[in-house]
Amino acid sequence: MPPSTSSDLTLSVNGEKYALTVDHRTTLLDALRERLDLTGTKKGCDQGQCGACTVLVDGRRKVACLHLAVAAEGREITTIEGVAEGERLHPVQQAFLDLDGFQCGYCTPGQICSAIAVIEEHAAGWPSAVTGDVRPEAGPPPLTPEEIRERMSGNLCRCGAYVSIVQAVARAAQETNGAAA
Amino acid sequence: MREFGYQRAYDVSGAVALLDGDREARFLGGGTNLVDLMKTGVERPARLVDVTELPLNRVEETADGGLRIGATVTNSDLAAHPEIRRRYPALTQAVLAGASGQLRNMATVGGNLLQRTRCGYFTDVNSPCNKRVPGSGCPAIEGEHHNHAVLGASDHCVATHPSDMGVALAAFDARVSYETAAGPGELPLTDLYLPVGETPHLETALPPGALITGVTLPATATAAHSRYRKVRERASYAFAIGSVAAALDVRDGHVHDVRLAFGAVASRPWRARTAERVLTGAPADAGNFAAAADAELTAARPLPHNGYKVTLMRNLVVAVLSELAEEAAR
Repeated sequence: MPPSTSSDLTLSVNGEKYALTVDHRTTLLDALRERLDLTGTKKGCDQGQCGACTVLVDGRRKVACLHLAVAAEGREITTIEGVAEGERLHPVQQAFLDLDGFQCGYCTPGQICSAIAVIEEHAAGWPSAVTGDVRPEAGPPPLTPEEIRERMSGNLCRCGAYVSIVQAVARAAQETNGAAA
Repeated sequence: MREFGYQRAYDVSGAVALLDGDREARFLGGGTNLVDLMKTGVERPARLVDVTELPLNRVEETADGGLRIGATVTNSDLAAHPEIRRRYPALTQAVLAGASGQLRNMATVGGNLLQRTRCGYFTDVNSPCNKRVPGSGCPAIEGEHHNHAVLGASDHCVATHPSDMGVALAAFDARVSYETAAGPGELPLTDLYLPVGETPHLETALPPGALITGVTLPATATAAHSRYRKVRERASYAFAIGSVAAALDVRDGHVHDVRLAFGAVASRPWRARTAERVLTGAPADAGNFAAAADAELTAARPLPHNGYKVTLMRNLVVAVLSELAEEAAR
């Protein structure tokens, strides 16, 4: 008997449970946008190269375009619609607004979800490709503009708003845990 | 995309049993390469067995003082692990040099080793490609090959292996463990990939249906003095055009132990054993580093548009080993 090509599953998104039947070919990105009407997560390249579809899966930033929806069952997904607390914007959202961390705004939901995770990864002591000494004894690197640019390099902005994006991430990091250098 | 069945495995024997040696089934790890290839039709599995819930997500000490990395450890967790950073820093650097933060959070160690080449003819189903359709030809040899192999390629395929992580693992004598229905097995990472020859579609020495369960790093003091350097066409988030993983132990100004592996120049992470032999016992200076690189690169067979890689690799070897020698002298 050929295997079933669809599944009934429950997705947990921004604290809400959604029951749906998905064709296994459905990506998490398409499930969010087309089935759950959560269109804040954007489709850019659809091949894992631009970061526009970045969401948090169990707190880790991932690209939803390469994540099968069926493989997301049992995981807690947070999208841009779920990062604010009621009417109070997330510090990263506020910083992007205050410092013009965007132009057209299409990549912004992915940039913000990614930046939220970047600040947490840095606070956890993770080094990056531009960290001079990766040994734990060296301690966490200061979150310099160079570090921010490297850590955010998975999020492309075709408007080229990078200068303001780096400033927004630096300010949000400073507010969150006093980390920016 | 072809329709497919999906099952999640929760233990290793269950995963191997679910796959059942089915040539139309694939193990699904982070999916960063497989799902992408399924979208373009390069991969057309009838079934996926999701292995991300297997209890293989830990880095553990081995009895001889090395480390065993589970196959489902994500690239992010591997790079951030304190003992990897302390004892094998070039491995952390190599992993962090690859992909983006998002992809490293998804990608697994097992999947990283089995990722496919990014050769543009391989990923375009409308092109001939001996790796994708055996016997159909290799357009890269006459066509776009500025980022293709200069070592170990053949008239049938000149694709490179894209992994950064694998280059550091090759330098550190990593061993790959796998499980099959007939029991477990192990082989050196440098033997995981088959020679290209006339069969570029046969990529690994793993038995059919095998699941990679982990990678073991032997204890080696030299690895603590190691570095990975990657050259690419933009500053971040791009595949290498050439890379070097190196570890160096200098005593009394002479090379006591050296490990050297190259990336983005061959169909596999290229362990530079010829260069290592030339260097061992020699004075640790730039002239000998260059001579060692030249000895390794005499085997290079560049194509019209990738000859620059030979010079690039020579310069990379000299630069990285010189930096390590300077650190040792401090």
